[in-house]
Amino acid sequence: MTTGRRRAILFATCIVDQLYPTVGLAAAELLEQQGIDVDVPSDLLCCGQMAFNAGFRDDAYAVAGRTLEVLRGKGDVVMPSGSCAAMIRHLYHELFAHTPFAGMAAELAHRTYELSEYLVDGLGVTDVGARFNGRITYHDACHGLRFLGVGKQARALLSRVQGAEVVPLPGCDQCCGFGGLFAIKQHTISTAMLDRKIEAIASTEADLVVTGDVSCMTQIAGGLSRRNIPTRARHLAEVLANMVDAR
Amino acid sequence: MPQTIAFYDRVDHALHDSSLQTALHRATSRFIGNRASAISALGDADRLRDQARAIRAHALAHLDELLPQLAANVEARGGHVCWASDGEEARQYIIELAHARGVRSIVKSKSMASEEIHLNEALEAAGFEVIETDLGEYIIQLAGETPSHIIAPAIHKTREQVSELFQQHLGMPPTTEVPLMIRTARQALRQRFLQADMGISGVNFGVADSGAIVIVENEGNARLSTTVPRIHVAIMGIERIVARLADLGVMLQVLARSATGQKLSVYTSLISGPARPGEEDGPEEFHLVLLDNGRSQILGGQYAESLLCIRCGACLNACPVYQAIGGHAYGSVYSGPIGAILTPLLQPDLPDAHLLPQASSLCGACQEVCPVRIAIPDMLLRHRADAVKAGKVNPVEKVAIAGYTLTMTHPAIYNAGGKAGRFFSRILARKGHFRRLPPPLHLWTKQRDFPALPPKSFRELWAERKNQRRSSS
Ligand code: SF4
Repeated sequence: MTTGRRRAILFATCIVDQLYPTVGLAAAELLEQQGIDVDVPSDLLCCGQMAFNAGFRDDAYAVAGRTLEVLRGKGDVVMPSGSCAAMIRHLYHELFAHTPFAGMAAELAHRTYELSEYLVDGLGVTDVGARFNGRITYHDACHGLRFLGVGKQARALLSRVQGAEVVPLPGCDQCCGFGGLFAIKQHTISTAMLDRKIEAIASTEADLVVTGDVSCMTQIAGGLSRRNIPTRARHLAEVLANMVDAR
Repeated sequence: MPQTIAFYDRVDHALHDSSLQTALHRATSRFIGNRASAISALGDADRLRDQARAIRAHALAHLDELLPQLAANVEARGGHVCWASDGEEARQYIIELAHARGVRSIVKSKSMASEEIHLNEALEAAGFEVIETDLGEYIIQLAGETPSHIIAPAIHKTREQVSELFQQHLGMPPTTEVPLMIRTARQALRQRFLQADMGISGVNFGVADSGAIVIVENEGNARLSTTVPRIHVAIMGIERIVARLADLGVMLQVLARSATGQKLSVYTSLISGPARPGEEDGPEEFHLVLLDNGRSQILGGQYAESLLCIRCGACLNACPVYQAIGGHAYGSVYSGPIGAILTPLLQPDLPDAHLLPQASSLCGACQEVCPVRIAIPDMLLRHRADAVKAGKVNPVEKVAIAGYTLTMTHPAIYNAGGKAGRFFSRILARKGHFRRLPPPLHLWTKQRDFPALPPKSFRELWAERKNQRRSSS
């Protein structure tokens, strides 16, 4: 990480940009609170994961290659998504192997962080002055958990949210069934997995189920509302930046 | 399972089969719990797993020396070795041997390699009587099915279903008490062991430096199958080798703990050839079938890591997809995460083989539990890339990805697309959700809502905020 007056790129990801702008704003606010100058390049769009996961490597190469160019020579890159950060950190290596981009990809991987990891491991903060009066449970999104080792950071941050009762989620590290196009192509399996997740969430009677990935959040929120379960799904950043109403 | 039913039909069938769901849930949760406590009891599980991986990687890297060494040691002790390049050669060797020795009845202990080459059907067609002696295998043989799990072949059956089978085939009185059921099976099997002329087994590890094969089990049936009949045939995939006897200390520990959560399996047999002169126990003849069947093609390629597998089954238990659909839905010999890697390689003619790597959310639970840390998700992704290269793609998906790529490489199109999406969202979404979306997204909204698009994108809001700050400062 760079020293002095810190700057960071907030790579909000395409899903946050289009579906969850408050998550992007919340992430920006959390970084600014810590004295970081936040930059959001206007032409930074997507990490390419959707194409890569579907096996379309040429397409992924085009999307991710462009992203590499946009991020070239910039400082730390922070993402409110474990999955997209894992794409850059873990999978760009294979995508760009034996290409002229290999070196750039490796360099980018070294300065890309998932948000909670950046806050806790990078900046050393856990208390960000958040308040929430209610019960919170946490779902470990798979890619952040297994490919970046993210989870303890989020829990540390949540434990400092004033007024919140944080309760464990049974099977917290079980996949919610999202999996990108899997959620559509294999929708019956995907929703069978979701059913189990919803059952576990309902059993906690939490006001919020918090996670670090908006894709999982979309899956879980979609399941909760369709089944009329009052628990709301929110991104960790929204809770930490006090952007969730108590209701 | 007939291969004519498409993968998706099998999946739907499995998801709606309530007995299967009960059986899977009971068994996989038990396996997961047992494994977790056995692994955490180790204290230093990570190091042990690293060692296990190193041992296996070393063996694969030196296969060209270790296999001849194993074969030479087996032969030096009076055993015979068959190098079978495919299933046909293996089947032929075993059938010819059985004919030549006047074999009539054969007992088998669990062997996935024999499943892979469809040995039972071939032996039966050649007129031999074949009985599976592992309890799970015996159950599915009675039911006329194939294994649905590498180490728990009848995992898809509830106790109640097994009871019915035993009542029907073995005349057992109605009961679901496990000890009684086991006793019934044991009585039925005992006679078979004594009658059998040939025992066929699998191999957990072949040990190159000592010429021994290792079989682990919990029922004692493998020990009987390999010692009572006068001929023992062991079938071993060529990758299932370790260099040294000393390697077993690590391998047996990680295998038992990962597979069943035991410290060690109840029986660990080291077999090194037929009974020697003066020895009372053991077969007169020992044959080791070294089965390639596509494995040497995998070596050195982008799926080589899959050959590290020690068939512990942990990745199946941990896999949320396997937990939901069970093994038969895959339609392949090997199911679950490792099956999705191996099937397109070992059974390329299976029409649905390329779909198996698609049936994963890439959650990584498999890699997390794998005792030799196989990077299963990475290889699933490679299979998907291979499928695209081979043109095995759904046309709708192809169009969708083309649209995605165009959008994500052109900010102007991206922005216009976002505006259009928000426009439609204002018209069609209700109370913050879409309850229904047009095809192909209707597959999402069948059982899930989709969030309405917000009035402005993050980057629009960000730009506004920046302008405000600039004008206020
Ligand atoms: S891939 Fe790993 S976890 Fe799965 S069966 Fe093989 S060794 Fe066990």
